[in-house]
Amino acid sequence: MIQTRMTYARPPTLDAAIRLLAQSPARLLAGGTDLYPATQATELSGPILDLIGIPELSGITPWHGGLRIGATTPWSTLAEATLPPALAALQSAALQVGGRQIQNAGTIGGNLCNASPAADGVPPLLILDALVELAGPAGTRQIPLAAFLTGPRKTACQKNEILTAILLSEQSLAGRSCFQKLGARAYLVISIAMVAVRIDLAPNGTIHSAALAVGACGPVATRLPELEATLIGLTPAQAASGMTPESLSPFLSPITDIRASAAYRLDAAAELLRRAITGCAT
Amino acid sequence: MISFVLNGQPVCSTAAPTRRLSDVLREDLGLMGTKVGCDAGDCGACTILLDGRATCACLIPTARVTGCHVQTVEAETPELTRLRAAFLRHGAAQCGICTPGMLMAGADLLARNPTPSESEAETALGGVLCRCTGYRKIIAALCDASQNHTPSAPASPTNRAVTGQPIPRIDGAAKVAGDLFGADEMPENALVLKALRADLPHASFTFGDLAAYASRPGIAAVFTAADIPGRNAFGVIPAFADQPALATSPTRFRGEAVALVAFEPGHPIDLSDFPITWQERPALTDPEAATRTTTLVHPNRPGNLLIRGRVAKGDATTALAHSAHVVTGDITTSFVEHAYIEPEAGSAWMDGNTLCIRACTQAPMMDREETAAILNLPPERVRILPSAVGGGFGSKLDVSLQPLLGLAALRLNRPVRMTFSRAESMASTTKRHPARMAGRIGCDATGRITAVEFDGVFDTGAYASWGPTVANRVPVHATGPYFTPHVTATARAIHTHNPVSGAFRGFGVPQAAIWQETLYDRLAEKAGLDRLDFRLLNALRDGQPSATGQILHATGIAACLTALRPHWHRALAEAAHHPHRGVGIASCWYGCGNTSLPNPSTIRIGIAPTGQLCLHQGATDIGQGSNTVITQIAADALGLPVGQFHLIGPDTALTPDAGKTSASRQTFVSGRAALAAGQSLRAAILRLANASDAATLTLHGATLSVTEGTTRRDIPLASLPATDHGYALMAEETYDPPTTALDENGQGSPYAVYGYGAQMVELQVDPTLGTVKLLKITAAHDLGRTINPLLATGQIEGGIAQGIGLALMEEYIPGRTENLHDYLIPTTGDVPPIESLLIEVPDPNGPYGAKGLGEHVLIPTAPAILNAIHHATGAEITHLPALPHRIRDAIRKAGN
Repeated sequence: MIQTRMTYARPPTLDAAIRLLAQSPARLLAGGTDLYPATQATELSGPILDLIGIPELSGITPWHGGLRIGATTPWSTLAEATLPPALAALQSAALQVGGRQIQNAGTIGGNLCNASPAADGVPPLLILDALVELAGPAGTRQIPLAAFLTGPRKTACQKNEILTAILLSEQSLAGRSCFQKLGARAYLVISIAMVAVRIDLAPNGTIHSAALAVGACGPVATRLPELEATLIGLTPAQAASGMTPESLSPFLSPITDIRASAAYRLDAAAELLRRAITGCAT
Repeated sequence: MISFVLNGQPVCSTAAPTRRLSDVLREDLGLMGTKVGCDAGDCGACTILLDGRATCACLIPTARVTGCHVQTVEAETPELTRLRAAFLRHGAAQCGICTPGMLMAGADLLARNPTPSESEAETALGGVLCRCTGYRKIIAALCDASQNHTPSAPASPTNRAVTGQPIPRIDGAAKVAGDLFGADEMPENALVLKALRADLPHASFTFGDLAAYASRPGIAAVFTAADIPGRNAFGVIPAFADQPALATSPTRFRGEAVALVAFEPGHPIDLSDFPITWQERPALTDPEAATRTTTLVHPNRPGNLLIRGRVAKGDATTALAHSAHVVTGDITTSFVEHAYIEPEAGSAWMDGNTLCIRACTQAPMMDREETAAILNLPPERVRILPSAVGGGFGSKLDVSLQPLLGLAALRLNRPVRMTFSRAESMASTTKRHPARMAGRIGCDATGRITAVEFDGVFDTGAYASWGPTVANRVPVHATGPYFTPHVTATARAIHTHNPVSGAFRGFGVPQAAIWQETLYDRLAEKAGLDRLDFRLLNALRDGQPSATGQILHATGIAACLTALRPHWHRALAEAAHHPHRGVGIASCWYGCGNTSLPNPSTIRIGIAPTGQLCLHQGATDIGQGSNTVITQIAADALGLPVGQFHLIGPDTALTPDAGKTSASRQTFVSGRAALAAGQSLRAAILRLANASDAATLTLHGATLSVTEGTTRRDIPLASLPATDHGYALMAEETYDPPTTALDENGQGSPYAVYGYGAQMVELQVDPTLGTVKLLKITAAHDLGRTINPLLATGQIEGGIAQGIGLALMEEYIPGRTENLHDYLIPTTGDVPPIESLLIEVPDPNGPYGAKGLGEHVLIPTAPAILNAIHHATGAEITHLPALPHRIRDAIRKAGN
């Protein structure tokens, strides 16, 4: 068969990976659940820098009172971990990405870098005000996830950078979260629409803070800060009833495609938000 | 060098680091049990355990398994042993292509959770697609695997009672070990073939320097239409044969092959710079528009009309004018893809002067005739050796890669192989016809149906394929299984530049049933009758004529509806207490075998001088179970146990023609031939022993013993003079169902046997999102006589799963859904519990009274679902599939 070409590297450390990437451009490979489906060939066209095998890129660790999620942490690890209730949406999403086979291979960082408008990992991280950590020859930088995702299949990651972690601050772990995903079948679903909601309740049961995010209803998943601001002081039931297609339409730009019509997506997003807000409060 | 532990043994690989592990396991390490269905992580057929965790081998770079433990279906572990036994016990493997993936996903769960619940099993298997079983038996097997049952001994009673027994499929051991499909067995050093295909619906093209391309290193040859030595037109119905094996300019649909390249083994397959220039042409994509344009897909078919089928009885127009109630309906359906998990694959080689083709197929004899004609060979110089078939459902009736394999092997005199990619399989093979159906149905004041007026336009796509069969079958069945005095039914198959529409489980009848069964609900409402009672009132009874004027016998529809009645009342009562809970019902009938055309089957049984009992069984088992069912019938007819039968074939060199696996004909037609062959051989043996039919036969080594009362006669088989095929004793019998031609009004007796059924669906609608949760399906089917209840319920559950897909999610769009994540088929979580009620109204034409079942089971599901949605919400769905946004819109429309 075909001889091994010098087009693949699997460095053992992040430093080595950054050095290799600085020397020559390469495609970054993590779980492979997006790169392989994109080709019909028996192997990936190189050069390929394989990030699986770099210990510091994987796992969930404490970070300044918050959490650091390594970029190559697979979905199944996220789902199985014991995490604060604010991450319930992320854990729920992790159980709905593909089947178990995909959850064992696919990574949270890969999901962000692939930048699909229907990426399951994005809304649950947007509601956590997640930062992404990018490492390059000049060192590391942290940028908000919302700034990282610049368009469909587009990110702010430079060619010589590697997404190394998702960072969640201590205050972003307050409250409880809920994820709602809608598709036309039970498993292996690509979302028609999805939402994630995080709500922190005051002792009197009203909303102290709320974070809402919607995916698959625009070129990138988006937070709804204007709506969030209107929910403070409301009960969850009051907040849920305010989720209408009319209130959402200024902030979303759903399309009509094979999976659903634009109008339906807007309606569905409102309904999913109502359910997710209710889900956070129960 | 990549070192890892494979099924407990250390192995080393020099594979390129990012080569898919699935490819390395199969091509380099020779483990063919890991199946490749999509190369995209969508189907889960390639599931293996990587350090104990289920993963798709198609997505793993081989370098990554360095130092890891990899377990495939070839492993021998206690979990897998228990699972295999449970799969056989439950009939959880049909075609077997998803079975390795299911077993590995199941093993992953059992290692974590030895006693899973049904919902845990469902989730664990949610990443593996199955198109045959409807999943319920697989889930049951996984939940039952912990029980550590000793596998029930294959029932091999020595008395004559194996028909009716739920024996595990006799080819099951291979299925749970990782059976050998088209891509899994090939000659050494086979060249690898790849077709260059059109990616536009309609385009002209010119080739560049083909000779220069062919002389590149690694390329053995390039073939185009100019290289085809015979008639470059195939088609399942000879009079309509129109589809080129390799197209000349212009092409007529996206996915059509125009050139074939043979690559040396191991050379990268890449057609990206093949010398060809395309020029797009305007495409006809709407069948209604195609009837009105002067642009013709085929110059000899004016109006782009392939064929029109018609049935006319009485005077429907007048009858409708005088009817107390009339309902009108208009339904459209979409292209539906067969989505078998095995993409087309096979190999070919020359054996002396004989061209041998081993590939997946439903119709070996038709493959032989078509390939021989294309290659200008006498048919006897072509031998078709079907591989195990990883699902067919109608699409593998047409040749796909057979002529291409044959062309290259013949011209190069070298072995060749070819495996379609998932995208290639979906783009190039046939689909279910999209239909636009309109018409009226009336009844009198008491609810008795007076007349049906039906007109259907079926998009038959670029080539004829089975379009004529659909156009003929639909009008015959357009009334459903109800007595209808006046009928006018027409169906037109119209050419477009869309995918070729062909055979798909039911030949258009499932589409027509959606139209008529949803209208019957409205009619029952108007007449003020319970929907089941309305159907029972009108159910065809013995002695009544069908729409074609055929006087029917052994009509089982009333028995099916009656069997559903207690379930119906229970379900309606339950639904009354739950908002948005709906109950729906629909019936089916379906003629078994070809429509008014001969379709004989021949079966041969021989006993060798050594005592080996051979059944030459040419009916291709694509998972439905003909290997088992035909053996059961033959065993009872002959009077020897199933376990003593050695199956031969299908193989056009070794088996007489048992026809194609289609039209729900194998149990009935080939079963009748097997019955006759068994009876004939038994009679010959009894004559030899001078015994009566009360005698029992036993076969011990080379001695056949005939025992009657206290008398035993031993026949030393080696002492008998050998027959034609080298057997000591042999019988070969043919059966062809008695039918008559249809006249210009579609009057006649198109089928000898009809099967009947009715299904009831219970579901819950989420009215805000328009989603549907199926709760239970109860299916009553008249099998005439159940030969094997385990396999029969497997057919019912699998057909229902495809009906669910047709109703709720499946919509093939060329160029957009050529994969298994955009084209949705049901997963484990989409098929609810199914209760099968096996009804037996024997038909004297069937073996032991048996009727066909394979297609019937799909027909009622979709209309029953739509009727249940209507019951739950008032929504009238007129365009399928009923995706959430369409249901939601229909609910809103109903509310306004």
